[in-house]
Amino acid sequence: MSFSKTAFVYSDQFLQYSFHENHPFNQKRILLTKDLLYTHDALSEDDIIEPDTISPTILELVHTKEYINVIKQASELSEIDNPEKYGIGTADTPAFKGMFHAAMSLVEGTIKACELVANHDVIHALNLGGGLHHGFPDRAAGFCIFNDIAIGIKYLQQNYNFKILYIDTDAHHGDGVQHLFYNDSNVCTVSFHETGRYLYPGTGKVNERGIKEGFGYSFNFPLDAFTEDDSYLDTFHQGMDEICEFFRPDIIISQHGVDSHFLDPLTHMHCTCRIFEEIPKKIHQLAHQYCQGKWVALGGGGYDIWRVVPRAWAQLWQILNNNEPFTGSINQEWHRLWQSKAPCPLPDSWSDPVSQYKSIPRRKEITDYNNEILEQVLKFTKIAKKSDSDGVKP
Amino acid sequence: MLVKEIMKRNVFTLAQDDRIADAIQLLKQHHIRHIPIINEERHVIGIVSDRDLRDAAPSIFDKEFDQNILNQSIGSIMTSRVITTHPYEYFEDIATIFYEHEIACLPVIYNKKLVGIVTEKDMLYTFIQLTGTHSPSTQIEIKVPDTVGVLANVSQIIAKRKIKIVSVYSYPSPTYDGYMILVFRIQTMNPLVIMQDFEKTEYEMIYPIREEDDEFQ
Repeated sequence: MSFSKTAFVYSDQFLQYSFHENHPFNQKRILLTKDLLYTHDALSEDDIIEPDTISPTILELVHTKEYINVIKQASELSEIDNPEKYGIGTADTPAFKGMFHAAMSLVEGTIKACELVANHDVIHALNLGGGLHHGFPDRAAGFCIFNDIAIGIKYLQQNYNFKILYIDTDAHHGDGVQHLFYNDSNVCTVSFHETGRYLYPGTGKVNERGIKEGFGYSFNFPLDAFTEDDSYLDTFHQGMDEICEFFRPDIIISQHGVDSHFLDPLTHMHCTCRIFEEIPKKIHQLAHQYCQGKWVALGGGGYDIWRVVPRAWAQLWQILNNNEPFTGSINQEWHRLWQSKAPCPLPDSWSDPVSQYKSIPRRKEITDYNNEILEQVLKFTKIAKKSDSDGVKP
Repeated sequence: MLVKEIMKRNVFTLAQDDRIADAIQLLKQHHIRHIPIINEERHVIGIVSDRDLRDAAPSIFDKEFDQNILNQSIGSIMTSRVITTHPYEYFEDIATIFYEHEIACLPVIYNKKLVGIVTEKDMLYTFIQLTGTHSPSTQIEIKVPDTVGVLANVSQIIAKRKIKIVSVYSYPSPTYDGYMILVFRIQTMNPLVIMQDFEKTEYEMIYPIREEDDEFQ
């Protein structure tokens, strides 16, 4: 097996992670993404790495034994005492047959991606099946059963001596991951999300900065609804530059929920595909500047699975490989494969047509608001930097 | 909710013969802003706030000042006739007392003895708890006619979708007479199904953000 510098971790098992036909979390989006890449000759069978089967004991790095057993039972559709306590049987995470193995396969994918990068088999690895940031140690939440990200980070901590930077650009706050490393100064969690004023999960406020040794190592950017591209990217670029200089990571794990798009049905960030080109480019640059390239990219949310997710995730893979996003038209071969199954016209070009986009009248107010957030979030890194340059320990 | 559930029971106090310097020290040490002054029976005979102490302390611009000022007794600057409350008082009433008397702290008295203290900060924290995010959830606001059974009907729609309600409060609609706004935090990441359910009813979901122009521009 000859490895290129990047790995696309994938298994058909990922597609089994499906709550029911009408549930917004739909893994068909990975197939759409793969086909889009194939038709553009940007992905070949050689790039694809199958995750290994691993012992489920790895789940115990993050989850309680009790919860793991409950998921095993739910997976057989057997009766569970008080399923609500574990978040199972709810509208967001109903039980489904085979859910244990389906959820486990996503974890295996993320572990594989982490392993490949940590062992220098590849420079960057992508697992679009992973990125389930709402999973908690003892309960499922927000479409997430096992928190593959946190398990991956714990696995890296156990086997390698890395300072780990976690970057979450899903429109929803990365609450599960933040919670698990809230008191850890060797894992820095950064989340850019729509304010929790209305949106799930409601957390991710500026003042959530970590506790004990971990104080100052959780960063939250709760951006205003209808933020749009320019303000989003301004905040993201400035925020990440500052945080990387402060933390100096050895490896980056990033979660690429692509639900900040204006077509996404669940959120209101109102961005275009441009941010899904610029975000990976920035992380790519930081990975090379600080981590000799070590970067594990994961999937996440994304609920317009026809018009948004395939393009956004294809760009992510393209940037992992070439640093240059696709431009121009989408190969019609992809339309031939999928248009008949889609409930809406599939996009013709990589960028979003201006005609679909309605700009926001409150733009200036929102930009001001986000600048204020940026200032507040970076208050402590700025102080640390200043005392550093004065030769005083922060 | 009762005062005894939100009050702090570990109260830092002084006696009236203690010095102003002791009070300043106590404020700094514990990051507090009010000190009840008690007698041997734990009766509250006065209260001293950080502002009282600032008034008494010399100005920071004053290079040479009389050190004796700080040795004066607390009794000489404390406010007497202290407004107090009872552990079985309702916390909503505390907010009214704070608002009407323009104060920020109430000693809690039981059998004439000091048993706790409630501050403006405890009050705000309680409101955060009432409206807040105890567990991951989405906020929705629904405009409903101010009539019997509306809350039950709305809750029913949410319950049918197997979605848990995390918190709820209501207020009269500021723009429509005869209407209330119900505010829920519901345990789901996908409010779409609920939105569709409400479209079939007379209740209007004001979700999530009013997209109007900026009135302050």
